[in-house]
Amino acid sequence: MPDHFSTRQSLQARNLSCFRDDRLLFEGLDFTLENSQVLLLEGKNGSGKTSLLRIICGFREQDDGEILWCGNAIEDSDFFAQMAYVGHLDGVKKELTVTENLKTALALGRPGKYSLDQALEKVHLAGYDNSLVQSLSAGQKRRLSLARLLISSNTLWILDEPFTSLDKDGISLIESLMHEHITAGGMIILTSHHDLVLHESYVQKINLSPCH
Amino acid sequence: MISAFFAIVRRDLILAVRLRAEAVNPVFFFILVVTLFPLGIGAETKLLQTMATGIIWVSALRAAMLSLDSLFRSDFDDGSLEQLLLSPHPLTILVFAKIIAHWLVTGLPLLIVAPLLAVFLGLPQQALGTLLITLVLVTPVLSLIGSIGVALTVGLRRGGMILSLLVLPLYVPVLIFASNAVAMAGNGYAVDAQINILIAILLLSVVLAPLPAAAALKMSMS
Repeated sequence: MPDHFSTRQSLQARNLSCFRDDRLLFEGLDFTLENSQVLLLEGKNGSGKTSLLRIICGFREQDDGEILWCGNAIEDSDFFAQMAYVGHLDGVKKELTVTENLKTALALGRPGKYSLDQALEKVHLAGYDNSLVQSLSAGQKRRLSLARLLISSNTLWILDEPFTSLDKDGISLIESLMHEHITAGGMIILTSHHDLVLHESYVQKINLSPCH
Repeated sequence: MISAFFAIVRRDLILAVRLRAEAVNPVFFFILVVTLFPLGIGAETKLLQTMATGIIWVSALRAAMLSLDSLFRSDFDDGSLEQLLLSPHPLTILVFAKIIAHWLVTGLPLLIVAPLLAVFLGLPQQALGTLLITLVLVTPVLSLIGSIGVALTVGLRRGGMILSLLVLPLYVPVLIFASNAVAMAGNGYAVDAQINILIAILLLSVVLAPLPAAAALKMSMS
């Protein structure tokens, strides 16, 4: 597999902490993520996994600490050109067709490794190009939002429970895509209740157990 | 960046066509309210004629406010807004694209219907041109200023009331100048001053509104 990411990149968190309604979710959190690494966030419901992802995406301000992309603060770096996020919400318009959705996503980012058709092929949605998203099943919608990762150029995937509503085939499909991304030098941060089959050497785990 | 801008405008226009029923709602409301006035007031042509300007402007304002909530609501609910925020392109530009699409869908139809309704209410002939010009200048301002209010309240489940309170005071100056211009034109006076002020307000809001709207959206997201 060729190395698509020739320059080394890193995401670094230093001393992060986050409160929610006066409740401490986590504090003093440090991690460094580099090319070809996966960061798996574990923890019970409400332990702050999603909050941490939203802090990394910049939707939420951390209460303390800093996040650096290649050594620079996120706002002063090309972080947003290098990342893609798939959260609880699919982020697709149900009144638009599959292709229209992906075209919008493409216009918002930069073209990546795969063309629209190739990406749809990859997530097993070929032939659904002109179907309205509202006629797709929940699992198909999820696969469509994951197709977004393939059409735009990005190093870092941030995935919040990517396996939700996917069937067995869907899960192994996404796992193979993740494996491909990692071996090509990409990075992934994800939360999942599903056991990952990725090789241990790629994966670091952070357990956000309640601190009180 | 330009392609992202047009992609958003295009997407929102396609959505408006697919959701026709929702898109025509404000115009329908506008027509309904204006046609109800003559029924409520009775066959008093003189009174209607004097009130025509006010009726049209207040109804147009209300119609614009009704349509505001749709500006970011569905994007907020289905996660498209998250994707907009994460785009490497400046959010201000993307928000501006959404505002333009919103104006094309909700403001433009008002331009077409309002002169007809003005004739229906007996607005003097010589005021019709001014009415059209002021509508062209004011309807984009309504969408632009409104976008700040919606961006601030989109995270609240029941933001409708607060939205009105936030946005209406900002609408008052345009309402005053626009209706004054139409009334003066009806009496045969020159209205250059009002038109110039409205142009200034439009230019100011084009430059100044998308910026706080984008910042407010980021706040609503957290």
